[in-house]
Amino acid sequence: MNKLLNVSSSPHARSNVLTQNLMFDVAIAMIPASVYGVYQFGLKALCILLVTIAGSVLSEYVYESLMGRPVTVMDGSALVTGMILGLNMPPEIPLWIPFLGSIFAIIVVKQLYGGLGQNFMNPALAARCFLLISFANQMSGSAFKLDGVSTATPLSVMKNGGTVDVAAMFVGKIPGTIGEVSVVALLIGAAYLLYKKVISIRIPAAYLISFAVFVFIFGQHTPAFVLAHLCGGGLIFGAFFMATDYVTSPITPKGQIVFGILLGVLTGLFRLFGGAPEGVSYAIIISNLMVPLIEKATLPVAFGKEGKKA
Amino acid sequence: MNKCMERLYNGIIKENPTFVLMLGMCPTLATTTTAINGVGMGLTTTAVLIFSNLIISALRKIIPDRVRIPAYIVIVASLVTIVQLLLKAFLPELDKSLGIFIPLIVVNCIILGRAEAYAAKNGPLESAFDGIGMGLGFTLGLTCIAVFRELLGAGTVFGFTIIPEAYKISIFGLAPGAFFVLAGLTALQNKFKMPSATNGSSNGSVLACGGNCMNCTGSACMANHAQLETRRLQAEEDALTAKKAAVAQKQAELSAKLDKKEE
Repeated sequence: MNKLLNVSSSPHARSNVLTQNLMFDVAIAMIPASVYGVYQFGLKALCILLVTIAGSVLSEYVYESLMGRPVTVMDGSALVTGMILGLNMPPEIPLWIPFLGSIFAIIVVKQLYGGLGQNFMNPALAARCFLLISFANQMSGSAFKLDGVSTATPLSVMKNGGTVDVAAMFVGKIPGTIGEVSVVALLIGAAYLLYKKVISIRIPAAYLISFAVFVFIFGQHTPAFVLAHLCGGGLIFGAFFMATDYVTSPITPKGQIVFGILLGVLTGLFRLFGGAPEGVSYAIIISNLMVPLIEKATLPVAFGKEGKKA
Repeated sequence: MNKCMERLYNGIIKENPTFVLMLGMCPTLATTTTAINGVGMGLTTTAVLIFSNLIISALRKIIPDRVRIPAYIVIVASLVTIVQLLLKAFLPELDKSLGIFIPLIVVNCIILGRAEAYAAKNGPLESAFDGIGMGLGFTLGLTCIAVFRELLGAGTVFGFTIIPEAYKISIFGLAPGAFFVLAGLTALQNKFKMPSATNGSSNGSVLACGGNCMNCTGSACMANHAQLETRRLQAEEDALTAKKAAVAQKQAELSAKLDKKEE
């Protein structure tokens, strides 16, 4: 048949960006935080990261082979899920717990719903919450150690009315999960993602600004308090790396801003009024569930229908 | 008597209320934290179900059609009250751990469902056996779920420790775990094609995909029906041609032998 006469449906212009490139960019962006985590917490942190990555990739491979589906291990999404999960683990955790978490993330949250692009929740975060609920003792409290001494995380110190050193929190000389401690390292990775246009600034900006405003209004009205909350816990990590997950965030620009504000308000609520000191992961997975609604509400008007009123 | 046995099989396996009919999910999810609770809930419901089916079936010609639901509720509620008082008297521990879910048996879908679907149309004996079958099916379902939840969530089965304390996954003792285990067991039941109302083979199944969703294309049920039908016809045709070929070959052999003899 003459190719000129071949009529096909849109899209006609295709981008060269592949899932693989995007995923490897995200993985590269997490390297500074991982390196800092390993530097601060030692070989244990490296082992946890390797275990979660291996667990995710392996369970994706095994599940897809068993089910007779095309094996998508090479697209890097399991690698990213494993990395995010690993960075979300406290450094003192027994290794089988992160392994169980990565199996849960890939098989229950991702593959059972149909694989990449079909999961309604961020797999790594859902697995983190699964582990938080299942292994409350190993996942928090005394699990956080710095230089061999268990210490409270800055957020729990603040929860109990203490004061914290914001500069140390910015650099990362604090106890916490492997990947969340160093704001500097995370921001370097985030800058890389923004530069490569892998993520847009909308969700993180809306998230951080709405959170800061919320904390300023309902918490202590001092810039130091707000800054400490911004640098503490998994907020920066969550805002740039987990809330921006393509599958579980809205695709409409307006929706992304609504999503960010929802995240900010929920995180603020959980941190200031909730029982636990941290609430980023719960805020993100709850907002993940709202994404279809947000997208429905913020659907842009089709070209040519702008003038008409509904 | 044969019909009664059929009712038992129907309730326990073919139309198992938990895994096939998906009825009574509220107590299924809420009370299966430990195996003993699961068994207790299942047997309590069984007792109520047998007698409610029996009484409703016996009264089916007296109860006016327009007020049948209130009448059923009155019967079931009285039976539940009796059972609850008996539990309080003889098994106070179980009564305490099941709590509000004992009075809630009144509104259990299985009981009203069986009353409407079976007891109101059939004789008392069959209805009582239907109640036994459904009740035992429910007990079986609850016990299976509860055993897995107790094993994974607390490391014990019927109170005996099997998995050490450090390795328990406490989410299985909570609400999400109930959903995980229920979904997992239902999936297994479907996977291994246990004989049930929803798991026919592709031959003669009234359900769209014949319980074999891996081969379905798209969600159009009619298309799937057609696909299954063509596949079945194809298989029959293949079998027929194979048979014909075999017959032809035999005939050829036979005629060759005859030729040899004639020579």
